[in-house]
Amino acid sequence: MDESELTAVPRLASKAMLRHDNVRDVELLLLPERVVLLNKSGAAILGLCDGNRTVQQVVEQLERDFEATDLLNDVMTFLKDARGRGWVVVT
Amino acid sequence: MTGMPQPFGLLAEVTHQCPLHCVYCSNPVELFERSAELGTDDWLRAIRQAAELGVLQVHFSGGEPLVRGDLETLVAECRGLGLYTNLITSGLGLTESRAESLVSAGLNSAQLSIQGDTAESTNLVAASKRFDKKEAAARIIRDAGLPLNMNVVLHRVNLDRLDAIIDVCVEWGAERLELANTQYYGWALRNRELLLPSKTQLDEAVGVYERRKAELEGRMELLWILPDYYEPYPKPCMGGWAQTALTVSPDGRVYPCPVAEEITTMEFPSVRDHDLEWIWAESPAFQAYRGTDWMPDPCRSCSRKELDFGGCRCQAFALTGDAGRTDPVCIHSPDHHLVQDALDRANDGAHGDAHGDGDGDGEQLVYRRPTVSARRS
Repeated sequence: MDESELTAVPRLASKAMLRHDNVRDVELLLLPERVVLLNKSGAAILGLCDGNRTVQQVVEQLERDFEATDLLNDVMTFLKDARGRGWVVVT
Repeated sequence: MTGMPQPFGLLAEVTHQCPLHCVYCSNPVELFERSAELGTDDWLRAIRQAAELGVLQVHFSGGEPLVRGDLETLVAECRGLGLYTNLITSGLGLTESRAESLVSAGLNSAQLSIQGDTAESTNLVAASKRFDKKEAAARIIRDAGLPLNMNVVLHRVNLDRLDAIIDVCVEWGAERLELANTQYYGWALRNRELLLPSKTQLDEAVGVYERRKAELEGRMELLWILPDYYEPYPKPCMGGWAQTALTVSPDGRVYPCPVAEEITTMEFPSVRDHDLEWIWAESPAFQAYRGTDWMPDPCRSCSRKELDFGGCRCQAFALTGDAGRTDPVCIHSPDHHLVQDALDRANDGAHGDAHGDGDGDGEQLVYRRPTVSARRS
């Protein structure tokens, strides 16, 4: 694991909107011309990509919230994919 | 509403007023005057009802939606309801200050149309000389922090310029480009003889699309909207009648798709008289072709009926006068000759072109205007 990846600060892309859909009771990511249905963990990760937390801090927060350990690899994999899809930008 | 589909998208056609006169406009041939348009309060009510119904995205379109001075108010209402908003614009009339006020109101994205890669080709299909305004609009959209999506309608007159059109969108900084092959309704159907490409021309364009899509991967997303006349089976239009989205037209009438207004034998309900939930779930117009029970043969006994839902009701009506028939695009349709005859003419070597330099064969493009038809240039 590259140290710089842990200190990177992910932020939801400005074109993307994260929301809970009350009508269907699901977590969604809204994009231009596209609606992505998220699972619980995907929604939790994206919800923490606020442009303030580092990847390390996102992982720590998730491990507290879900009372879990060793989430780093899963989070990194998800964020890499999300970045490739343009959902998340990293600064 | 158990078992009833819930719409994801609302296409809000807030006006038919437009500075362009595109020969393939998807608006009905009979355009509404401004005096017939819904007021701000009616739109706000429709938006609130759409959100309750499950709508997540609102696409503001027209005509040119920027013509409406209350667009910011409508966008702000959407933002308050958590709805994602998209502005579908010609770019004409978009200034820095307008973009700023729309973004402040909560606008999430914009889709800018172009008609060709130059001022001349834009003028030929849209009767507008303001290609420069489109380039400015692209910059304004990006400077406002919005993702720039672009759209071009493809046809016989511009398909040969596809490479150059894609270059323009790359240069202007688009994230996504929809290459929308013309669908033949309304104005486009009127101009079909001049817009329908030959198979050779289309095949070359597909080659360009595939090459550029691979080349631009990760930089700009290219999307190819199939030219349905050249497909053996019809498109699963809107995922089936009244399944995923609804359109509110400038006068308040509600349709399952943007071109259903052309089905003149049907009575469509208005948000002036009914709430959207009743319109969506119970109105006779929305129930008419929902599901598969309405289907005649060959659809009824076809294994593809849950794949393409019988195709497009508007196309069935436009070509046969009966919205309940199989889409004539389908090779199994008893009306398929209506499509095949048009294709045969488009592939006839003697076919006249609209972009020639006046060889006197009398071909005319009909521009989107109440009465005027312009002779080709």
